[in-house]
Amino acid sequence: MSARVMAENQPASFAFNAEMQERAKKIIAKYPAGRQASAVIPLLDLAQRQEGWVSRPAMEQIAVMLEMAPIRVMEVATFYTMFKLAPVGKNHIQVCTSLSCWLRGSNDVVKSCKDKLGIGLGEVTTDGSFSLEEVECAGACVNAPVIAVGDDYYEDVDYASTGKIIDALKRGEKLPPHGSMTGRDNAAPAGEKTSLTDDPTKPIPKQDFAAAKAAFEKAKAEAAAKAAAPKA
Amino acid sequence: MLADKDRIFTNLYGRHDWRLKGARARGDWDGTKEILDMGPEWIIDEMKRSGLRGRGGAGFPTGLKWSFMPKTESDRPHYLVVNADEGEPGTCKDRDMLRFDPHKLIEGCLIASFAMRAHACYIYIRGEFYNEASNLQVAIDEAYDAGLIGNNSCGSGWKFDLYLHRGAGAYICGEETALIESIEGRKGQPRLKPPFPAGVGLYGCPTTVNNVESIAVAPTILRRGASWFASFGRPNNAGTKVFCISGNVNKPCNVEESMSIPLKELIEKHCGGVRGGWDNLQGVIPGGASVPVLPKSICDTVLMDFDALRDVKSGLGTAAVMVMDKSVDIVAAISRLSDFYKHESCGQCTPCREGTGWLARVMRRMVKGDATLAEIDTLEQVTYQIEGHTICALGDAAAWPVQGLIRHFRPELERRIRDYRDAKTRDKAA
Repeated sequence: MSARVMAENQPASFAFNAEMQERAKKIIAKYPAGRQASAVIPLLDLAQRQEGWVSRPAMEQIAVMLEMAPIRVMEVATFYTMFKLAPVGKNHIQVCTSLSCWLRGSNDVVKSCKDKLGIGLGEVTTDGSFSLEEVECAGACVNAPVIAVGDDYYEDVDYASTGKIIDALKRGEKLPPHGSMTGRDNAAPAGEKTSLTDDPTKPIPKQDFAAAKAAFEKAKAEAAAKAAAPKA
Repeated sequence: MLADKDRIFTNLYGRHDWRLKGARARGDWDGTKEILDMGPEWIIDEMKRSGLRGRGGAGFPTGLKWSFMPKTESDRPHYLVVNADEGEPGTCKDRDMLRFDPHKLIEGCLIASFAMRAHACYIYIRGEFYNEASNLQVAIDEAYDAGLIGNNSCGSGWKFDLYLHRGAGAYICGEETALIESIEGRKGQPRLKPPFPAGVGLYGCPTTVNNVESIAVAPTILRRGASWFASFGRPNNAGTKVFCISGNVNKPCNVEESMSIPLKELIEKHCGGVRGGWDNLQGVIPGGASVPVLPKSICDTVLMDFDALRDVKSGLGTAAVMVMDKSVDIVAAISRLSDFYKHESCGQCTPCREGTGWLARVMRRMVKGDATLAEIDTLEQVTYQIEGHTICALGDAAAWPVQGLIRHFRPELERRIRDYRDAKTRDKAA
C-alpha cells in the first residue's frame, strides 16, 4: 500500500466558494437521506478543484458538511491517491509507467519530462508552475504511453511529443486536442480498418418477442407440471 | 472472423455521434419498452440462456447473478451498481464504451435494474476518467430529458434513477465490496463474504455489482435473442467480447471479436502482428495484469476464452492482451507488476499488505540476479502463502504473475543469478 501523510504546512481555514457549494449540494442530493457520507469523495474532489490540493481545514469543513467525524474524512483523503495532500504545480503532469506503457517506452516519456522540467518524479518546480507524478495504470493501455495533463489524457506519446506538450504549456499556449498524438482514431488500430467498416445505422434484426414469450411460458408450465407430478 | 453486423459496439472507435440522436440511429433505445414488457423473469431467463459470463474478469454467469436478487421488493430498496473502475493494467475497453457508447450502458442499466427490481443504480467510474464521466453524465441527462429513464422509464411505469459516482484513484475499488465501501464514503477495503452483496450490499440493501461491458451488451442480447449471442464462441464461453491488445504489436488496439478466437489470429488480423514477426514473440499476458504470463509455445495455438486459458493455467480475465517480444526483459516486466500490486494493496489483510511488498523487493533483486537459486523456490512458496489467504482476490492477483514467471521462465531467472554470481567472483579475483 502507498503511505501518504498530510503536509506540515496547512492553511488556517477553508471555505467552499459559492459555485462549489452549489455543486456540493447537488452531489449530496444523489444519495439517500442519512447516507450523505457517500458524498465525501466527490466533495474532496471539489475542494481540490478549488484549491489545487486537499488541506486539513478542507477535510474538517467537509466533515462538518457531511456530519462525519473528521478522522473518517482524513482516512478517505489519505487512502485515495488522486487527492493531493500538499500543493502541486499549476500544471500537474502524470506519467503512466505501468506495464503496457512501459513496454512502449514510458521510460523515454519520463526522461522527456525530467529533461524539460528539471525535476524528478513527485517534485514541484521552484516557481510552482509544474509538478510531475508517476501513476499506476491510467487505463488507456492500447494508446500507450499515456500522460495526463490535469484531467486530459495525451496518448501514443514519445520523447519528442511529450516535450512539445510541455513546451506549449511553458509558453502558455493552447494545447493540441487531447487523445492520440499520432492522429489515429482513439483505440482503433492505426492505418487500414480491420473492423467497423459497415454503416452502423443499418437496421438490427430483432427477435420475435411474442414467440419468445410463448416459448418461455410453455417451458415454465412444463417445469411446473414436472415438479408437481408424483415421483415414479 | 466476426462480421460488422454482429458487432455490438458499433461506435467503439468514436467515429460517430455518441449522443442520443446518434445512439438511436445505431439502434439503441429501440423498443426498450417491449423488452421491459416481457417481465423480469423472462429477461433473467434470456440472459441465462445467452451464456453471457461477466466481463469484469471473474467470468461469473451474468443471468445467474441477477437471479440471486430477492424476487420481491421489501422495505430495503434494491440497487444495481455498475463497476466502471477500470484499472487492471492492460485494460481499457470500458473507457471506450463509457465515452462513445454511453447510451448502451444507460439502456442496460434500466433493463438490468428492472429485472432485479431496483429503482436506483449507481455507476462507479474511476476518477481519472474525467472526460469519460462528462460524456456519460451528458448522456444520462439526455435520457432523463427524453423520458427514457426517470419516473416513467420508456413509458413502462417503472421509476428508475441513475447516478454517476466518481472514484479517486484506487485500483482496489474495482473489487465489488470495496467499491460498495467506497460509495458509502469509506476507504476501499473489501468486505468479508458472506454475506454476499445480493443479500447485504450497498447501504445494507440487496445489491448486484456488474462490469460495464456485462451491462452494456444486455440490451442487444435481449433485442436480438439469446441464441444469437450464444452462437459465437465455444459452449460455456459464449458471445462477442471487446479485447484490448497492447504492448509489442505493430498496431495496438481495442477490437470486438468472437469469443474463442485464436490468440494468434486476434493479433495478426487486427494488430498488424507481433513487432518483428510472430517468431519474435516472447510471451503474452492474456487477460490483464492479474493472470499468469504464457510463453510463445502456448500462444501459438491457445484460444481466447475462459476455459481454454484456464486449461493452460492462465485466465481470460478482462481480455487485456499484453504482448511482449524478445527484446523485453521479462523479469523486469513481472517485477513492474509486483510494484503495481504493492502500491495498490489496501493494507487490510496481512498476507497481502506484507506479501506484496516482499514480492516486489525480491523481484527487484531477481531482475539483477542478486539472489540465490534456492530463493526462486522460496519466492514461489511465498506466493502460495499469499494466494487464498486474503479477503479479496488482490492477493491472488499479486501472486499469479510471479507464479507464471517461475513456471515458464525459470531458466531465465537461474541464468541471471549465475551470471550475477560469476561477475561478482570475477570482480573479487581482479
